[in-house]
Amino acid sequence: MTSAGSGLTLLQTCALSLLVFTGASQFALVGALAAGGGPFTAAAGAFFLGVRNAFYGLRLSQLLALPRAVRPFAAQWVIDETAAVSLAQPTRRAARLGFVVTGLSLYVLWNLTTLLGALGAEAIGDTDAWGLDAAGPAVFLALLAPMLRTGTERTVAGLAVLLGLGLLPVLPAGVPVLVAALAAPAVLWARGRRGGARGDVTEEDR
Amino acid sequence: MSIWIAIGVTVIGCYAVKLAGLLVPAGVLERPLVRRLAALLPVALLAALTAQQAFSDGQSLVLDARAAGLAAAAVALMLRAPFLLVIGAAVVVTAGVRALGG
Repeated sequence: MTSAGSGLTLLQTCALSLLVFTGASQFALVGALAAGGGPFTAAAGAFFLGVRNAFYGLRLSQLLALPRAVRPFAAQWVIDETAAVSLAQPTRRAARLGFVVTGLSLYVLWNLTTLLGALGAEAIGDTDAWGLDAAGPAVFLALLAPMLRTGTERTVAGLAVLLGLGLLPVLPAGVPVLVAALAAPAVLWARGRRGGARGDVTEEDR
Repeated sequence: MSIWIAIGVTVIGCYAVKLAGLLVPAGVLERPLVRRLAALLPVALLAALTAQQAFSDGQSLVLDARAAGLAAAAVALMLRAPFLLVIGAAVVVTAGVRALGG
């Protein structure tokens, strides 16, 4: 985390990490504050980056079948990584386990690195030189691959990649990914029109 | 103080959207169209994120060593390599290309 360099105290940096726990939103907030943005403008940008977590929640609540009382606690861990791991699991048991293990380990690691980073213990050096920055996309790709079972999923993924990359230079951070999410309803709609003519509704949810 | 306000608003907003997704009533999610949509949305989001993490730097699109790393991961996946090997291939290839000046 680079927040220590932008005027946030150690306490503020750690509070942000512990309570927001959505990496992209944290960076966006810190970046906007460092650039001199007002608190509400900065928060709005961070909020946009967090909106996609609601879409993960839609799917995860079916998949994990969480009891009502547990949901407020599970919600904090609904992020890209936990969604990707849970959705890649074959059974509900494995999905629940994946959600908890990923959520817990990331929560601990993320907040520890925030603390260490804020304390100035940046002795690790340039991790990019080791190619570690490629690990993130590779993990997502590996988790995404099993989900691309039918043509529908592949079309959605392809369209989302185009939208996400194409709009990245022109829209504010966080918005391109949300627009890319529209690939899902768009492909469903197109399929529905074609499928409706053939009466073909074979692909069902797992 | 304004930093605490920004943190507070972000905390509440980000938590609210996370919870909102989980609290959509099961009845709504039972409808076939909603089910299919909820299954496809993460596919779209993760695909877009993967591409952005591999091919961008801030708000500009770049083609650098990470692309080679991601391609290596894709090849490893097609060969049905185990998860850690896939990640390892991406990291090693990216570091290698970077060391060669890519």
